[in-house]
Amino acid sequence: MNKKYWIVIIGLFGVLACSKEMIDRFAGFQQPVNFPEPVYNIAGNEVTKEAFELGRKLFYEPRLSRNNTVSCGSCHIQSSAFTQHGHDVSHGIDDRLGRRNSPPIMNLAWMPAFMWDGGVFDLDLQPIVPITAHEEMDETIPNILNKLRSHTDYPGLYQKAFGSSEITTATTMKALSQFMIMCISSDSKYDSVMRGKSSFTVEEQAGYTLFKQKCNSCHSEPLFTDNAFRNNGIAIGLNNDEGRSEVTLNPLDRYKFKVPSLRNVQFTAPYMHDGRFLYSGSRVRSL
Amino acid sequence: MTEMTIEFDNIMGGQNLFLNAVTYTNAIGEPFTVSLAQYYISNIKLRKADGTEYTVPQDSSYFLIKESDPATRFARFKVPVGNYHQLSFIVGVDSLRSTMDITKRTGVLDPAGGMDDGMYWGWNSGYIFLKLEGTSAMAPVDPSGQRKYRFHIGGFGGYSAPTINNIKTITTDLTASGIAQARTGRTANIHYLVDLMKVLNGTTNVSIAANPSVMFSDYSVNIANNYTGMFYHDHTEN
Repeated sequence: MNKKYWIVIIGLFGVLACSKEMIDRFAGFQQPVNFPEPVYNIAGNEVTKEAFELGRKLFYEPRLSRNNTVSCGSCHIQSSAFTQHGHDVSHGIDDRLGRRNSPPIMNLAWMPAFMWDGGVFDLDLQPIVPITAHEEMDETIPNILNKLRSHTDYPGLYQKAFGSSEITTATTMKALSQFMIMCISSDSKYDSVMRGKSSFTVEEQAGYTLFKQKCNSCHSEPLFTDNAFRNNGIAIGLNNDEGRSEVTLNPLDRYKFKVPSLRNVQFTAPYMHDGRFLYSGSRVRSL
Repeated sequence: MTEMTIEFDNIMGGQNLFLNAVTYTNAIGEPFTVSLAQYYISNIKLRKADGTEYTVPQDSSYFLIKESDPATRFARFKVPVGNYHQLSFIVGVDSLRSTMDITKRTGVLDPAGGMDDGMYWGWNSGYIFLKLEGTSAMAPVDPSGQRKYRFHIGGFGGYSAPTINNIKTITTDLTASGIAQARTGRTANIHYLVDLMKVLNGTTNVSIAANPSVMFSDYSVNIANNYTGMFYHDHTEN
């Protein structure tokens, strides 16, 4: 055989060996260099392979719903940037509908408040809301803990993840948080430019310049949200959802909703808190 | 150290409280029954005559008093031997604990509490400090077809934006009805009569017809102010 082919084949094996090693080594939570410090207390829930995998299994576990039909992944579909593609408002158990659009699960370690109205201030408390909501999973936490305790796999998985086969509210929420904070969007073309690894095309640069002038004050880099609650001027929804003021009781917060990130925006349609805009262009026209 | 208890003996307008069975009447003349009555007691502190204070360690200082479960009527804790002249506690859960890591929320503070008798709001992270529910002929028919009233009072002041704060501290001078004498081998019991009628009657006489459902709202402040008056120190068993 030609010497050149051997080099190619050896080179290929080298690559394979290298990527195999990459897959086997679980790196834990990695801080992207162009990101700020996370808000989530990583030290209080250090990400391990075992707890992350338990969290991922729980995220796709339909037993978290009353009749074992709906999982977190039902409304947060990975291929749609963890949103519920094709649904304006979330579609839950027994074909019930929520009143708001499923947001993406992405860069949650940098998010100081959750839900469109910011009613939840700690990621570890967030899953309780969809699990217990009538129109989402309609289940109770004591019931799901009992279902997990009587399952053949879970006690062993909790043992591996947390050193105890006891299944508690806290360990269940910590495992889910580990999976969710690992859903990080930090490798876009934008990020590679910011890290000096590539450069924008002329068109991209023009778009970036325009974005910084017109959009960045709310959709602030590098997370593309300032995490504030704002009334962006769209018409009041037909269900008169008052948003932020429901949790602050402050009339000045009426019709304010959390500024969503624009990362993965091509996958997160439909848009707005109630999914009223099917295409991103409709939002730009509404400005 | 020795054991001490505080007994929360729920009554309704001077009568014993019976769930579902008895119809009571509030200050504005509305008849009602009670199906659910429960509240948090926390952050217990005792003071001696010389002014020295003992604070029950916080991890052992959260109690959920449930009328439906007689075993919960006692808050049970340990104190150093001595004579205590003043007692204070919080009705509800302090703001610090309300925002603590989930691993610090065990026992009665586990946010897993079911939807029916749970004392936690998921959608607006925080504990419900007091729940009083029942029926009244004066209450409008609700979406479930019942004439129910539901008071779920909470609000620790807000995490990132200020909002209602219904945390109430009750301070009682024990000298009039009996100081608590903590002695080794004995359990002093500070016995309160808790008149839940005060939830409805007080600075604001609450109309069930007008306010059948009071939860996280500005009006809830009136009810929380009312119920600060519901704790009567009846006597102390030493």
